[in-house]
Amino acid sequence: MPGSIEAGPAVEGRPAEVPVEINQKWCKGCDICVAFCPKEVLARPEGGKAQVAHPEKCTRCGLCEIMCPDLAIVVVPAARKGTSSRGQGGAADA
Amino acid sequence: MAMPVTHYLRTSKMPHIWCAGCGHGIVLGAVLRAIDSLGLDKDEVCVVSGIGCASRAPGYLDFNTLHTTHGRAIAFATGIKMAKPELKVIVLTGDGDAAAIGGNHLIHAARRNIGITTVCFNNSIYGMTSGQYSPMTPTGSLASTAPYGNIEEPFDLCDLVYAAGASYVARGTAYHALLLSKLIAKAIATEGFSFVEAITQCPTYYGRRNNMRSAVDMLKWQKEHAVPVAAAAKMSAEELVGKFRIGELGTRTRPEYTRRYAAVIETAQKEEAEQDA
Ligand SMILES: Cc1ncc(C[n+]2csc(CCOP(=O)(O)OP(=O)(O)O)c2C)c(N)n1
Ligand code: SF4
Ligand code: SF4
Ligand code: SF4
Repeated sequence: MPGSIEAGPAVEGRPAEVPVEINQKWCKGCDICVAFCPKEVLARPEGGKAQVAHPEKCTRCGLCEIMCPDLAIVVVPAARKGTSSRGQGGAADA
Repeated sequence: MAMPVTHYLRTSKMPHIWCAGCGHGIVLGAVLRAIDSLGLDKDEVCVVSGIGCASRAPGYLDFNTLHTTHGRAIAFATGIKMAKPELKVIVLTGDGDAAAIGGNHLIHAARRNIGITTVCFNNSIYGMTSGQYSPMTPTGSLASTAPYGNIEEPFDLCDLVYAAGASYVARGTAYHALLLSKLIAKAIATEGFSFVEAITQCPTYYGRRNNMRSAVDMLKWQKEHAVPVAAAAKMSAEELVGKFRIGELGTRTRPEYTRRYAAVIETAQKEEAEQDA
Protein backbone atom coordinates (compact mmCIF):
# COMPACT_ATOMS: atom_id res chain seq x y z
CA MET A 1 0.00 0.00 0.00
CA PRO A 2 1.39 3.40 -0.88
CA GLY A 3 1.69 5.73 2.08
CA SER A 4 0.24 9.22 2.06
CA ILE A 5 2.06 12.44 2.81
CA GLU A 6 -0.61 13.57 5.24
CA ALA A 7 0.47 14.90 8.60
CA GLY A 8 -0.29 12.40 11.34
CA PRO A 9 -1.97 13.27 14.62
CA ALA A 10 0.48 14.40 17.26
CA VAL A 11 0.64 12.12 20.28
CA GLU A 12 0.66 14.42 23.32
CA GLY A 13 2.06 13.41 26.66
CA ARG A 14 3.16 9.89 25.80
CA PRO A 15 6.89 9.97 26.31
CA ALA A 16 8.52 6.93 24.78
CA GLU A 17 12.03 5.96 25.70
CA VAL A 18 13.49 7.41 22.49
CA PRO A 19 10.87 9.13 20.32
CA VAL A 20 13.49 10.39 17.87
CA GLU A 21 16.61 8.65 16.66
CA ILE A 22 19.48 10.76 15.34
CA ASN A 23 22.13 9.06 13.27
CA GLN A 24 25.28 10.52 14.79
CA LYS A 25 27.39 9.47 11.80
CA TRP A 26 25.23 11.42 9.34
CA CYS A 27 24.40 14.52 11.45
CA LYS A 28 26.51 17.54 10.48
CA GLY A 29 25.33 19.77 13.30
CA CYS A 30 23.51 22.37 11.20
CA ASP A 31 21.00 23.23 13.97
CA ILE A 32 17.95 23.11 11.69
CA CYS A 33 16.19 20.48 13.82
CA VAL A 34 17.09 22.33 17.01
CA ALA A 35 15.74 25.63 15.65
CA PHE A 36 12.49 24.34 14.16
CA CYS A 37 11.35 21.67 16.64
CA PRO A 38 8.17 23.29 18.03
CA LYS A 39 8.67 21.64 21.46
CA GLU A 40 12.37 22.34 22.05
CA VAL A 41 13.10 18.64 22.34
CA LEU A 42 16.45 18.79 20.59
CA ALA A 43 19.71 20.46 21.52
CA ARG A 44 23.25 20.53 20.25
CA PRO A 45 26.38 20.96 22.31
CA GLU A 46 28.89 23.48 21.00
CA GLY A 47 30.70 21.87 18.07
CA GLY A 48 28.78 18.58 18.48
CA LYS A 49 25.90 16.67 16.95
CA ALA A 50 22.18 17.01 17.64
CA GLN A 51 20.88 15.21 20.74
CA VAL A 52 17.43 14.38 22.10
CA ALA A 53 17.55 16.54 25.21
CA HIS A 54 13.88 16.45 26.27
CA PRO A 55 12.27 13.27 24.93
CA GLU A 56 9.25 13.71 27.21
CA LYS A 57 8.21 16.86 25.34
CA CYS A 58 8.20 15.24 21.89
CA THR A 59 4.83 14.96 20.10
CA ARG A 60 6.28 12.91 17.21
CA CYS A 61 5.13 15.61 14.81
CA GLY A 62 7.83 14.51 12.36
CA LEU A 63 9.01 18.00 11.51
CA CYS A 64 12.64 17.35 12.45
CA GLU A 65 12.67 14.25 10.25
CA ILE A 66 11.45 16.03 7.11
CA MET A 67 13.68 19.08 7.67
CA CYS A 68 16.96 17.36 8.45
CA PRO A 69 19.15 17.95 5.36
CA ASP A 70 21.29 14.95 6.23
CA LEU A 71 18.37 12.50 6.45
CA ALA A 72 19.78 11.65 9.87
CA ILE A 73 16.54 11.74 11.89
CA VAL A 74 13.87 9.08 12.22
CA VAL A 75 10.82 9.53 14.42
CA VAL A 76 9.93 6.25 16.09
CA PRO A 77 6.19 5.51 16.19
CA ALA A 78 4.80 5.26 19.73
CA ALA A 79 3.21 1.85 19.25
CA ARG A 80 5.92 0.12 17.29
CA LYS A 81 9.15 1.06 18.91
CA GLY A 82 12.15 0.01 16.90
CA THR A 83 10.52 0.36 13.48
CA SER A 84 10.84 3.77 11.95
CA SER A 85 8.15 6.03 10.56
CA ARG A 86 8.30 8.29 7.59
CA GLY A 87 8.21 12.00 8.31
CA GLN A 88 4.70 13.24 8.90
CA GLY A 89 5.45 16.79 9.86
CA GLY A 90 3.09 19.54 8.99
CA ALA A 91 3.97 22.51 11.10
CA ALA A 92 6.47 23.82 8.58
CA ASP A 93 3.64 24.30 6.14
CA ALA A 94 1.44 26.23 8.56
CA MET B 1 3.40 0.60 4.03
CA ALA B 2 5.23 3.87 4.05
CA MET B 3 8.97 3.35 3.98
CA PRO B 4 11.54 5.52 5.77
CA VAL B 5 13.63 7.51 3.30
CA THR B 6 16.63 5.32 4.11
CA HIS B 7 14.85 2.52 2.17
CA TYR B 8 15.60 4.46 -1.02
CA LEU B 9 19.22 5.33 -0.18
CA ARG B 10 22.48 3.63 -0.98
CA THR B 11 23.33 3.89 2.69
CA SER B 12 26.93 2.80 2.08
CA LYS B 13 27.45 6.11 0.23
CA MET B 14 26.19 8.17 3.16
CA PRO B 15 26.81 10.64 4.74
CA HIS B 16 26.42 12.76 1.62
CA ILE B 17 28.97 15.38 0.56
CA TRP B 18 26.71 18.42 0.94
CA CYS B 19 27.73 21.11 3.43
CA ALA B 20 26.10 21.34 6.86
CA GLY B 21 22.71 23.00 6.43
CA CYS B 22 22.65 22.69 2.61
CA GLY B 23 19.00 22.59 1.56
CA HIS B 24 19.65 20.02 -1.17
CA GLY B 25 19.25 17.22 1.39
CA ILE B 26 15.82 18.53 2.42
CA VAL B 27 14.70 18.64 -1.22
CA LEU B 28 16.06 15.15 -1.76
CA GLY B 29 14.06 13.92 1.24
CA ALA B 30 10.93 15.52 -0.28
CA VAL B 31 11.59 13.71 -3.59
CA LEU B 32 11.91 10.38 -1.76
CA ARG B 33 8.72 10.91 0.27
CA ALA B 34 6.90 11.78 -2.95
CA ILE B 35 8.07 8.57 -4.63
CA ASP B 36 7.12 6.61 -1.52
CA SER B 37 3.63 8.16 -1.39
CA LEU B 38 3.01 6.96 -4.95
CA GLY B 39 3.98 3.41 -4.00
CA LEU B 40 6.44 3.14 -6.88
CA ASP B 41 8.78 0.20 -7.13
CA LYS B 42 12.46 1.18 -7.16
CA ASP B 43 12.93 -0.42 -10.57
CA GLU B 44 10.14 1.67 -12.09
CA VAL B 45 12.07 4.86 -11.37
CA CYS B 46 15.04 6.36 -13.21
CA VAL B 47 16.72 9.43 -11.72
CA VAL B 48 18.95 11.51 -13.97
CA SER B 49 21.13 14.51 -13.12
CA GLY B 50 23.67 16.85 -14.69
CA ILE B 51 26.62 18.44 -12.89
CA GLY B 52 26.66 20.52 -9.72
CA CYS B 53 26.07 19.97 -6.01
CA ALA B 54 22.37 19.23 -6.66
CA SER B 55 23.32 16.81 -9.39
CA ARG B 56 25.24 14.66 -6.91
CA ALA B 57 21.87 13.45 -5.55
CA PRO B 58 21.39 10.30 -7.69
CA GLY B 59 24.67 8.88 -6.40
CA TYR B 60 22.94 8.30 -3.06
CA LEU B 61 19.78 6.78 -4.50
CA ASP B 62 18.85 3.13 -4.90
CA PHE B 63 16.95 3.51 -8.20
CA ASN B 64 18.12 3.29 -11.79
CA THR B 65 20.37 6.37 -11.81
CA LEU B 66 22.43 8.37 -14.25
CA HIS B 67 24.84 11.23 -13.45
CA THR B 68 25.54 12.94 -16.79
CA THR B 69 27.23 16.11 -18.06
CA HIS B 70 26.55 19.73 -17.16
CA GLY B 71 23.16 20.92 -18.43
CA ARG B 72 22.39 17.73 -20.32
CA ALA B 73 20.35 15.73 -17.82
CA ILE B 74 17.09 16.40 -19.68
CA ALA B 75 18.66 15.37 -22.99
CA PHE B 76 19.74 12.02 -21.49
CA ALA B 77 16.36 11.68 -19.76
CA THR B 78 14.62 12.25 -23.10
CA GLY B 79 16.54 9.30 -24.57
CA ILE B 80 15.63 7.10 -21.62
CA LYS B 81 11.95 8.04 -21.78
CA MET B 82 11.84 7.40 -25.54
CA ALA B 83 13.41 3.97 -25.09
CA LYS B 84 11.42 3.02 -22.00
CA PRO B 85 8.25 5.11 -21.79
CA GLU B 86 6.96 2.96 -18.92
CA LEU B 87 9.67 4.32 -16.57
CA LYS B 88 9.07 7.26 -14.24
CA VAL B 89 11.98 9.44 -15.34
CA ILE B 90 12.94 12.11 -12.82
CA VAL B 91 15.58 14.78 -13.44
CA LEU B 92 17.28 16.36 -10.42
CA THR B 93 19.11 19.53 -11.44
CA GLY B 94 20.54 22.79 -10.10
CA ASP B 95 19.45 26.26 -11.19
CA GLY B 96 22.67 26.66 -13.16
CA ASP B 97 22.38 23.21 -14.67
CA ALA B 98 18.72 23.72 -15.64
CA ALA B 99 18.45 27.43 -16.45
CA ALA B 100 21.90 28.38 -17.79
CA ILE B 101 23.76 25.69 -19.75
CA GLY B 102 20.69 23.41 -19.86
CA GLY B 103 18.06 26.06 -20.53
CA ASN B 104 17.36 24.98 -24.08
CA HIS B 105 16.84 21.34 -23.14
CA LEU B 106 14.42 22.47 -20.47
CA ILE B 107 12.18 24.55 -22.72
CA HIS B 108 12.18 22.00 -25.53
CA ALA B 109 11.26 19.15 -23.20
CA ALA B 110 8.36 21.32 -22.04
CA ARG B 111 7.42 22.16 -25.63
CA ARG B 112 7.37 18.47 -26.56
CA ASN B 113 5.51 17.67 -23.36
CA ILE B 114 7.57 14.55 -22.82
CA GLY B 115 6.70 12.60 -19.66
CA ILE B 116 9.68 13.59 -17.53
CA THR B 117 9.54 15.19 -14.08
CA THR B 118 12.20 17.83 -13.47
CA VAL B 119 12.93 19.04 -9.94
CA CYS B 120 15.13 22.14 -10.00
CA PHE B 121 17.08 22.67 -6.76
CA ASN B 122 17.18 26.47 -6.94
CA ASN B 123 19.74 27.83 -4.47
CA SER B 124 20.20 31.06 -6.50
CA ILE B 125 23.88 30.35 -7.18
CA TYR B 126 26.45 28.01 -8.68
CA GLY B 127 27.35 26.15 -5.50
CA MET B 128 29.78 23.55 -6.75
CA THR B 129 32.07 26.06 -8.45
CA SER B 130 32.04 28.35 -5.38
CA GLY B 131 29.44 30.99 -5.91
CA GLN B 132 29.19 32.50 -9.41
CA TYR B 133 25.78 34.08 -10.13
CA SER B 134 23.28 32.04 -12.12
CA PRO B 135 20.25 33.02 -14.22
CA MET B 136 18.28 32.56 -10.97
CA THR B 137 20.35 34.89 -8.77
CA PRO B 138 18.19 37.77 -7.53
CA THR B 139 19.06 41.28 -8.73
CA GLY B 140 21.42 43.01 -6.32
CA SER B 141 22.68 39.81 -4.67
CA LEU B 142 26.40 39.39 -4.19
CA ALA B 143 28.25 36.56 -5.93
CA SER B 144 31.91 35.84 -6.64
CA THR B 145 31.28 37.12 -10.18
CA ALA B 146 29.09 40.01 -8.97
CA PRO B 147 31.11 41.66 -6.18
CA TYR B 148 29.10 44.89 -6.58
CA GLY B 149 25.75 43.13 -6.81
CA ASN B 150 24.07 41.23 -9.65
CA ILE B 151 22.79 43.64 -12.32
CA GLU B 152 20.70 40.99 -14.11
CA GLU B 153 17.10 39.99 -13.48
CA PRO B 154 16.43 36.29 -12.80
CA PHE B 155 14.04 34.17 -14.81
CA ASP B 156 10.69 33.20 -13.41
CA LEU B 157 11.55 29.63 -14.31
CA CYS B 158 8.06 28.31 -13.60
CA ASP B 159 6.45 30.87 -15.90
CA LEU B 160 9.06 30.12 -18.57
CA VAL B 161 8.50 26.36 -18.47
CA TYR B 162 4.74 26.73 -18.42
CA ALA B 163 4.80 29.15 -21.37
CA ALA B 164 6.94 26.60 -23.24
CA GLY B 165 4.16 24.02 -22.89
CA ALA B 166 4.63 21.94 -19.72
CA SER B 167 1.65 20.02 -18.31
CA TYR B 168 2.39 20.74 -14.65
CA VAL B 169 4.38 23.52 -13.01
CA ALA B 170 4.76 24.16 -9.28
CA ARG B 171 7.06 25.84 -6.78
CA GLY B 172 7.92 24.88 -3.22
CA THR B 173 10.71 25.51 -0.75
CA ALA B 174 12.94 23.50 1.55
CA TYR B 175 11.20 25.20 4.48
CA HIS B 176 7.79 24.01 3.22
CA ALA B 177 9.15 20.48 2.86
CA LEU B 178 5.81 18.72 3.29
CA LEU B 179 4.11 20.86 0.63
CA LEU B 180 7.14 20.33 -1.59
CA SER B 181 6.83 16.56 -1.46
CA LYS B 182 3.12 16.77 -2.29
CA LEU B 183 3.87 18.95 -5.31
CA ILE B 184 6.59 16.56 -6.46
CA ALA B 185 4.21 13.60 -6.08
CA LYS B 186 1.65 15.36 -8.29
CA ALA B 187 4.36 16.17 -10.80
CA ILE B 188 5.48 12.54 -10.98
CA ALA B 189 1.86 11.43 -11.40
CA THR B 190 1.43 13.84 -14.35
CA GLU B 191 1.57 12.22 -17.76
CA GLY B 192 3.30 15.03 -19.68
CA PHE B 193 6.28 17.23 -18.79
CA SER B 194 6.19 18.36 -15.16
CA PHE B 195 8.43 20.85 -13.41
CA VAL B 196 8.88 21.69 -9.74
CA GLU B 197 11.12 24.54 -8.65
CA ALA B 198 12.39 23.91 -5.13
CA ILE B 199 13.75 27.07 -3.51
CA THR B 200 16.61 25.88 -1.34
CA GLN B 201 19.62 27.22 0.52
CA CYS B 202 23.35 27.27 -0.14
CA PRO B 203 24.62 28.67 3.16
CA THR B 204 28.24 28.31 2.05
CA TYR B 205 28.32 30.38 -1.16
CA TYR B 206 25.07 32.33 -1.16
CA GLY B 207 23.91 32.85 2.41
CA ARG B 208 27.14 34.08 3.93
CA ARG B 209 27.69 36.60 1.13
CA ASN B 210 24.15 37.88 1.39
CA ASN B 211 23.61 38.63 5.08
CA MET B 212 22.17 35.26 5.99
CA ARG B 213 24.66 33.76 8.35
CA SER B 214 23.17 30.31 8.78
CA ALA B 215 20.98 27.71 7.13
CA VAL B 216 18.36 28.46 9.79
CA ASP B 217 18.33 32.14 8.75
CA MET B 218 17.91 31.10 5.11
CA LEU B 219 14.99 28.80 5.92
CA LYS B 220 13.36 31.65 7.84
CA TRP B 221 13.85 33.84 4.77
CA GLN B 222 12.03 31.23 2.67
CA LYS B 223 9.19 31.14 5.19
CA GLU B 224 8.84 34.92 5.20
CA HIS B 225 9.01 35.45 1.43
CA ALA B 226 6.87 32.59 0.13
CA VAL B 227 3.21 33.35 -0.57
CA PRO B 228 0.76 30.50 -1.25
CA VAL B 229 -0.92 30.92 -4.65
CA ALA B 230 -4.40 31.38 -3.14
CA ALA B 231 -3.17 34.25 -0.94
CA ALA B 232 -1.15 35.75 -3.80
CA ALA B 233 -4.28 35.91 -5.96
CA LYS B 234 -5.76 38.41 -3.50
CA MET B 235 -2.63 40.56 -3.28
CA SER B 236 -1.68 43.57 -5.41
CA ALA B 237 1.46 43.68 -7.56
CA GLU B 238 3.08 46.06 -5.05
CA GLU B 239 2.36 43.72 -2.17
CA LEU B 240 4.03 40.88 -4.06
CA VAL B 241 7.27 42.76 -4.75
CA GLY B 242 10.18 40.74 -3.36
CA LYS B 243 7.95 37.72 -2.64
CA PHE B 244 7.44 34.55 -4.62
CA ARG B 245 4.43 32.29 -5.09
CA ILE B 246 4.41 28.69 -3.90
CA GLY B 247 1.99 25.89 -4.82
CA GLU B 248 0.62 24.73 -8.15
CA LEU B 249 1.23 27.44 -10.73
CA GLY B 250 -0.06 25.79 -13.89
CA THR B 251 -1.72 22.58 -15.02
CA ARG B 252 -2.99 21.66 -18.46
CA THR B 253 -3.68 18.51 -20.48
CA ARG B 254 -1.81 18.04 -23.75
CA PRO B 255 -0.78 14.90 -25.67
CA GLU B 256 2.39 13.37 -24.24
CA TYR B 257 5.35 13.02 -26.60
CA THR B 258 6.25 9.31 -26.30
CA ARG B 259 2.56 8.43 -26.89
CA ARG B 260 2.54 10.53 -30.03
CA TYR B 261 5.72 8.84 -31.12
CA ALA B 262 4.25 5.39 -30.44
CA ALA B 263 1.33 6.35 -32.69
CA VAL B 264 3.78 7.27 -35.47
CA ILE B 265 5.48 3.89 -35.14
CA GLU B 266 2.13 2.14 -35.33
CA THR B 267 1.09 4.06 -38.45
CA ALA B 268 4.42 3.40 -40.17
CA GLN B 269 4.31 -0.31 -39.34
CA LYS B 270 0.75 -0.60 -40.64
CA GLU B 271 1.71 1.11 -43.87
CA GLU B 272 4.68 -1.15 -44.31
CA ALA B 273 2.58 -4.25 -43.65
CA GLU B 274 0.05 -3.09 -46.24
CA GLN B 275 2.78 -2.53 -48.82
CA ASP B 276 4.18 -6.01 -48.16
CA ALA B 277 0.77 -7.63 -48.54
C1 LIG C 1 30.51 22.13 -19.71
C2 LIG C 1 30.79 22.56 -18.30
N1 LIG C 1 30.83 23.88 -18.02
C3 LIG C 1 31.07 24.29 -16.75
C4 LIG C 1 31.27 23.37 -15.76
C5 LIG C 1 31.56 23.86 -14.35
N2 LIG C 1 30.42 23.73 -13.46
C6 LIG C 1 30.28 22.65 -12.68
S1 LIG C 1 28.92 22.72 -11.71
C7 LIG C 1 28.51 24.25 -12.34
C8 LIG C 1 27.30 25.01 -11.86
C9 LIG C 1 26.59 24.38 -10.73
O1 LIG C 1 25.53 25.18 -10.31
P1 LIG C 1 24.06 24.65 -10.16
O2 LIG C 1 23.65 23.87 -11.35
O3 LIG C 1 23.20 25.79 -9.80
O4 LIG C 1 24.16 23.57 -8.98
P2 LIG C 1 24.61 23.73 -7.44
O5 LIG C 1 26.07 23.36 -7.42
O6 LIG C 1 24.36 25.12 -7.02
O7 LIG C 1 23.76 22.73 -6.76
C10 LIG C 1 29.43 24.67 -13.30
C11 LIG C 1 29.36 25.95 -14.00
C12 LIG C 1 31.20 22.01 -16.10
N3 LIG C 1 31.35 21.06 -15.15
N4 LIG C 1 30.97 21.62 -17.35
S1 SF4 D 1 18.96 18.86 11.22
FE1 SF4 D 1 20.01 16.87 10.93
S2 SF4 D 1 22.13 17.39 10.38
FE2 SF4 D 1 21.18 19.25 11.24
S3 SF4 D 1 21.71 19.18 13.44
FE3 SF4 D 1 19.70 18.20 13.23
S4 SF4 D 1 20.17 16.01 12.97
FE4 SF4 D 1 22.07 17.11 12.61
S1 SF4 E 1 9.09 14.88 16.25
FE1 SF4 E 1 8.44 17.04 16.43
S2 SF4 E 1 8.39 17.40 18.64
FE2 SF4 E 1 9.58 15.52 18.36
S3 SF4 E 1 11.71 16.20 18.22
FE3 SF4 E 1 10.94 16.13 16.13
S4 SF4 E 1 10.21 18.22 15.70
FE4 SF4 E 1 10.43 18.02 17.91
S1 SF4 F 1 28.37 24.61 -1.80
FE1 SF4 F 1 26.24 25.22 -1.41
S2 SF4 F 1 25.00 23.94 -2.77
FE2 SF4 F 1 27.04 22.98 -2.62
S3 SF4 F 1 26.87 21.50 -0.93
FE3 SF4 F 1 27.65 23.40 -0.05
S4 SF4 F 1 25.81 24.48 0.66
FE4 SF4 F 1 25.13 22.91 -0.78
